Parts: sequence; C-alpha cells; structure tokens
Amino acid sequence: MNAKEYRIALKNVGRIDPADLDQYEAVGGIATLRRSLQAEPEKLIEELTRANLRGRGGAGYSAGLKERYASESAGSGSGLRYIVCNADEGEPGTFKDRVIMENDPHLLIEGIIIAAYAIGAGRGFIYIRGEYYQSIERVKTALQSCYERGYLGKNILGSDFSLDLSVKLGAGSYLCGEELTLLESLEGKRGYPRIKPPFPAEHGLWGAPTLVNNVETFAHIPYIIDKGAPHYLTIGTKGSPGTKIFTLSGDINRPGYCETEMGITLRELIEHFGQGMKDGKNFKAALLGGAAGTFVDETVLDTPMTYDSLKKKGAVLGSGAVMVLAEGRSVYDMTVSILEFFRHESCGKCVPCRVGTQLLTDMIAEAGLTKASARQEILGRMVDEARFMAATSLCPLGQSPIMSLESLARYFSKDF
Amino acid sequence: MARKDITDKYPPEMENLLLILIEIQERNAEHYISEEDMAWVAEYLNTTLSSVYGVVKYYSMLSTRPRGRHIARVCRSPVCTMMQEKPEILFENLQDLLEISEGEVTADGQFSIEKVECLGQCEKAPAMMINEEVYGHLDQQKLAEIIGKLRRSIVP
Repeated sequence: MNAKEYRIALKNVGRIDPADLDQYEAVGGIATLRRSLQAEPEKLIEELTRANLRGRGGAGYSAGLKERYASESAGSGSGLRYIVCNADEGEPGTFKDRVIMENDPHLLIEGIIIAAYAIGAGRGFIYIRGEYYQSIERVKTALQSCYERGYLGKNILGSDFSLDLSVKLGAGSYLCGEELTLLESLEGKRGYPRIKPPFPAEHGLWGAPTLVNNVETFAHIPYIIDKGAPHYLTIGTKGSPGTKIFTLSGDINRPGYCETEMGITLRELIEHFGQGMKDGKNFKAALLGGAAGTFVDETVLDTPMTYDSLKKKGAVLGSGAVMVLAEGRSVYDMTVSILEFFRHESCGKCVPCRVGTQLLTDMIAEAGLTKASARQEILGRMVDEARFMAATSLCPLGQSPIMSLESLARYFSKDF
Repeated sequence: MARKDITDKYPPEMENLLLILIEIQERNAEHYISEEDMAWVAEYLNTTLSSVYGVVKYYSMLSTRPRGRHIARVCRSPVCTMMQEKPEILFENLQDLLEISEGEVTADGQFSIEKVECLGQCEKAPAMMINEEVYGHLDQQKLAEIIGKLRRSIVP
C-alpha cells in the first residue's frame, strides 16, 4: 500500500535547476520562510513538536523537542545561539543528504533559516564532508543567492531577525558525523567526542546552546510549517510520521534512492523501488542503517520500516541505508568489512573502543581460520566484547559494533 | 597562490583552521601540507604548531607528504567491497596499472592512490574518486580506460 513515492525532502529533485533560486521560488520556495518570520517563534516550535518529526540522521529523536531545549537553554549566559546542519554524511550505504544538497540546496537553507528563527540563532554552519565536492559547490552557490535576495544576513526580509550562515568542511573523518564531535571539528580541533550530557542544546558550539540537525530533517521543516502538523501526522505511521529517504544498494536491479511514507516494508523497497533482486537470485540478508546498523533476514521482509517496529525485531532504521545481499553472499565477509571500518575510524580516545575495535577484527579473522564448530564460541566472545565496548565508550562509534554483531548472532549465526 | 593570499581570505579564528588547511593543500600541486605551511598557519591563528599538526594528522584527507597531481580514492565500504569480484581487487588492479603501492607517488609525479571509507556513491558501487570526479560501476577494464584517458590528457 505504501509502494509509491511520497516526496517531501525530494519534492523538487529533477524539477528545478539547483543553481537557480528563481526556479525554487517559482515552485513555492521561500513562501514558508516569509510566513514564518511573521509568526511567533514559539508557535513554530510547537508545530514541529506536534508534527513529531523525528531526526532523520538516524537517532530518531524529536526535532521539535530539540528546538525547544535549544531555545530555552540559557547556556553559558552569552545570549548567543548557534544552528548547525550536519551534512557530514559518512555512514556506509547512505547518500540521501547528497541527493538533497546536489538537487535542492535552497530547500535545505530555507529549513535552516526557519529553525534558526524559531530558536533565535544568529549564526549557523552547514558542515559538509570534504569529499562531497558537488554538494559543497551547490550549497555555496545557493547561500550566495540567498544573501543577495536578503534571505540571509542582517534583518532578513525586513524583520528584526538576522542570520549568518556559512559552509564548513570536513576532511575525512566518519566520527565527525557524530554531533558533539562535529562541534569539536567546527571549533578547529581534532575530532574527538565530548562527554554527554550536556547535549548541544545546552552546551554546544563554544559552550552556547546549539541546534544540530541532519540535512534531511531540515528539509522537512518548510513542508511541516506550510501544511501544518495535522496534515503531516496523516503521512507515515503513528509513531513515525512523515516520509523517509531510503538509499538502496547491493544485489538489486536498480540501486538508488527513493522517498516514501514511513512504514513501507523492506520487501516493497526491494521489489518496487529496487526492481527486484539482481539476476533473479533469492534474497538472503539486508544490512539496515549502514555499518552502525543491523542485519536482517527474510523474516523481516514484511515488517514496516519505522523506528519502533524494527526495534522489536532487533533492527534499526538508522540513516535509511539498505544494503541488499543475495543468496551466495557471505554475511561473515560483510562483517569483516564493517569491523575493519570501525577499527580504522576509531579515534582512540576511549580505550575500550581503541582496543576493542582491534580485538574484534582479530577475533573475526581468527574465526575465519578456525573449524566451524569452534566459531560459535568466538562469535559469543565477540558479542560480549562489543557489549562491553558499548557500555564503556563515550560516543556512538564504540557503541556500534554490537549492532551488527548482535543481529548477526540473531539471524545468521549459521552463516558465521 | 602564496600562503598569505590564502590566510588573508579567512579571519584569524580557530574555526577557520580546517578551511585554511584544505585550501592550502588544494592549491599545492602536490596536494600536501608542509611543515612551513603549518608553522605559517599556527602563527596566523595565534596557536601552537603542535595543535595545527594534530589536526592535520587527524583528518585522513589531509597529508603531510607529497602526493600525485591526481589522487585516486578507492572506496572500501562494505557495499563497494561486496560488489567487487573479490575484496580489494580494484585497488590491486590500480596498483598494477600505476606501478605504485598505497601512499606512493608515480615517478612522473602524476598519480597517487588511497583507500578511503564510504564515499557515499553506493548506487554506483564499486566506486572511486579521482580528484573531484566520481567513477562508478568499476571493473578492471573500466579502470584501465579511466587511467589511460587521464594519462593521455597529461601534457609532458
């Protein structure tokens, strides 16, 4: 029933020239910004909270509540507030933010300006990973057009509200996609995670209250403010309203992206949007949510893809990455690749993560050389190690290997 | 472009450190950041050489060693790994084509090769980037064509 596109974040993709602000305005862009600036900031936060927009970066936390905390927090008392767009998309299998930035950068910027007005932020940054050259160029061009039209800068559209928004770049660190680490990077430091709490809404950039949202999350804001929360709540499911962009890769006929209502099933994604399994092979597994995600088998094919229903299956929606594995593929091999990734990207600050990611790659290599009967015991030890890491590491990196390992043990222990 | 022309474009705040370093590296034909560059930036930002060095060493896109004019970045994400005939075969092909290993530069200074984490080009897996260009659906033959074409475009 959900197997059709429903475009909110991608509504203008392919319809307008991403470098042309006139075209964006011709399809209704900026109108919501104009109206928002007439509204009480509090009303905007209320609308967003009622719409129950959940963070599309993967955590699924209420975007409205985040705005509320950032707007109410006194921070260190300087009165300054910041807004940050996390465009450091690095989760393996994920490329949704790139699609938005390359095709509709003005929508992203409009969402950021509205959110900045809602929380009273005077300065903001879009932190884009350094390898996304085309995204960087398009967002920069769009920012310049917005400044020229008076949608950014001092006294936006004649109001009292001013916002300075600029692009900052990452330089090849997966960890900087984690919000507190991203703030460290913005401050010109090595990307080491901070202890949380305090969260950015309370103690963010340079100690000031800061709202950090993912690109896709910001791209929903103009739509929600324009159409209202009651309408938004009719899309998707009760606990996960709205749409989600899924990025499909692996053994399917048409890898790519699609935006659909929350609650679509994995089977619909593969059959309808992926146009079925490649070479007519059978489905074996999918890795949902990237390297920091979970494996599922065919028993999850008909589970609605929402934050909560996947959780019941020991799985996550995460960033919306869906990597499909056909029969004949090895979940073990893919896990080797995932663990190698974490070993490489661990920053080394927390000992359990620094040592643990190395241990896990050693253990899985050991399992590969061991006779089949002894492997289950090694897998058990790996899950224990990963659980210990999750309990004792500061940031999501050290907390992630447990995701793939636990789901592997649940669905594919025979494959190990 | 002289170092000063680059730093002059940015207010002397630590928040601009990465932008300055990235631009210095991009404008250097050998795509690296020298110790003199780091000392210059440290002085401009009124910080220590060690803090600049620490940042350069942390971020994998930044290099303290000279690299080729063309940097090939081969994606080794789980998807790109799976979609190759066997893991790392494309990187090996590339090494053979260019007769260099990871971290080395070809004798003519034109190429160097790196393994990188997910480039976010998964719908075209297996993928790589050379400079700002993305190449997808790679196999051995396509790699040879891409490198051959780039080599022919180089004016000696």
